[in-house]
Amino acid sequence: MGLSMSPGRISALLAAGLLILGFLPFIKLGLVVNGLILGSVIALGAIGLTLVYGILKLGNFAHGDYMAFGAYVAFFIVDGVLPRVGIEGAGLGPFTFGFPVLIALPLAALVVALGAIALDALIYRRLRDRAASTAILMMASLGVAIAIRGLVQLIWSGETQHYPRESRQVYHLPMDVRIPPDGLFVAVLAIILVAGVYALLTHTKMGKAMRATSDNPTLALVSGINTKQVVWWTWGIGGALAAVAGVLLAVVQAQLLPIMGWKFLIPLFAAVILGGIGNPYGALIGALVVGVSMELSTQWINPSYKPAVAFAIMIGVLLARPRGIFGDAP
Amino acid sequence: MDISGVFDYLIGFAIMAMIYAIFTLGLNVHWGFTGLFNIGIAGFFALGAYTAALLTSPPPDPTQFEDFIFGGNLAQLGLFDLGIDLWFFVGVAAAAVVCGIVALVIGTITLRLSDDYLSIATLGIAESVRFFFLNEKWAANGSKGLYRIPKFMGDLVAPESYDYFYVVVVLIVLAILFVAVQRAARSPWGRVLRAIREDEVTTAASGKNVFHFKLQSFVFGAMIMGIGGALFAHHVRFLSPLTFDPLLATFVIWAMLMVGGSGNNLGAILGAFVVWGIWAGTQFLPGIFSDPSFRLLMIGVLIVAIMLLRPGGLLGEWRRIVERRPASATGREPAGPD
Repeated sequence: MGLSMSPGRISALLAAGLLILGFLPFIKLGLVVNGLILGSVIALGAIGLTLVYGILKLGNFAHGDYMAFGAYVAFFIVDGVLPRVGIEGAGLGPFTFGFPVLIALPLAALVVALGAIALDALIYRRLRDRAASTAILMMASLGVAIAIRGLVQLIWSGETQHYPRESRQVYHLPMDVRIPPDGLFVAVLAIILVAGVYALLTHTKMGKAMRATSDNPTLALVSGINTKQVVWWTWGIGGALAAVAGVLLAVVQAQLLPIMGWKFLIPLFAAVILGGIGNPYGALIGALVVGVSMELSTQWINPSYKPAVAFAIMIGVLLARPRGIFGDAP
Repeated sequence: MDISGVFDYLIGFAIMAMIYAIFTLGLNVHWGFTGLFNIGIAGFFALGAYTAALLTSPPPDPTQFEDFIFGGNLAQLGLFDLGIDLWFFVGVAAAAVVCGIVALVIGTITLRLSDDYLSIATLGIAESVRFFFLNEKWAANGSKGLYRIPKFMGDLVAPESYDYFYVVVVLIVLAILFVAVQRAARSPWGRVLRAIREDEVTTAASGKNVFHFKLQSFVFGAMIMGIGGALFAHHVRFLSPLTFDPLLATFVIWAMLMVGGSGNNLGAILGAFVVWGIWAGTQFLPGIFSDPSFRLLMIGVLIVAIMLLRPGGLLGEWRRIVERRPASATGREPAGPD
């Protein structure tokens, strides 16, 4: 998981830097800003996905649906619970959403974190105990993804929903850059959470145990790491981050749809693979690269191809550096 | 509904179930025999269907379509004017070839890496194919969809008996594919695939090029799916990108294979009929059972339950039969990897 600099890595980074510099005159800065906002949302999802992938060897196809479920739990709290105790409102300060969303955010994170841990105990732990193959684990996660989406549709219908919102002015910056205040909120919250995850992974005993398990599960086990707790924390962190990502995605897109999480899977996996599976810092960089590329592509091609752009990046990485930009050369 | 109405309904049901059985056979080649995890069936389904439809349809009429300009006058060229509809066969073959090429490209990129990359890539392919046909209106009329897809044999068969004729066509294709897959599975080639599924390292150690076998299996299965897509196009005769949503074009097929038993070709076909029967049958039930969201939930639960309880599917593979067969008189090992 280290970030040591080999000559090959330095030259790859240099080449990428030159490529970006070469394109700079043709790039709209506003799109880069949008891309960084989108990238922050992808990062929150991708960090959880990559931790689960690295530590539990499970490419979790339900991760996008964990996001969507989190967004809908927050919607339920904002729309169904809080108004009964008199907490309502939209348009908090410069933001389109109101105070209720801020209350719902940590609650949704908690619900999804516990839900993820429960699903592990119900399903994935049994499969792991049986030493099931990666494919079986992923197939089960696909079933979970489908079931969650069915449940969301059943409870909240397949129609578009949204958090109570009031339209707000966007900030105008020089060079035709427009930043919606919501986007700023998303980016700042993402930075705080990523910093929190970083601190947890580097400075706590559990974080070190998680990284050790990701690098070498067998060695971690024989060196006395409590892998059960590692598993819980991994799902807890992954689920909580996914829920926050889902809420933020719903805020940025100004709507909730049951399929929003499934559609987000390709950018998530692209970021994870770009950063190297199991590497949370790589996932962060990967997410920003994918987000910016997706937004920048709209300058030249139809915006609805954005997920296809993420897919193209992923295929490119698999061709050139299958272990990700920070991984060893093939 | 009188008796003939019921019969017509059953014929329509049988056509769809058999088309699904073709997809399930293709998926069985991927997952059941080789352990390749393809969750982008919808992509091959759509590619096959659109390829066949675009090759056989009349050219778009500019007065009817604004953006849709693609699509040749191929069927009107009279190239193969032998009195029977050879363009249908060209369309089906082309569907298989197009899917095979896409599978070759994706497989070459991902199959050298670990298993999970293929599944992520197939998901990407399925979504990208859908985006393409949704956005590129010139190619297939976008979300308004392709209609005027001709019937097999054109007007030679009376419109009211087209389904009676087509059910035989689909049955023949299914039978041919079943025999082909069955023979392939029992051949030495199929045994290598199952060996890869069970233990890749040992297979590689015994001198098999695992990557090549996986690639062949992936292309073979994808071609079968392409053929299924082509048959679907000439049955429904209307295609829109919304037809190929992951639920009805990928997940249902997985449920079919899971119910039928992966590795078991007959089971795959049976699973297609059973699941499609439940799917179609519950439409008539009152309340929650005909709710599409509830069905989605149930398919998910079904897949998880089968993974937990019977990962080989309900029927399971016919390996037990193979095992019970006495070692052959020639002294060869009975089917190695089993």
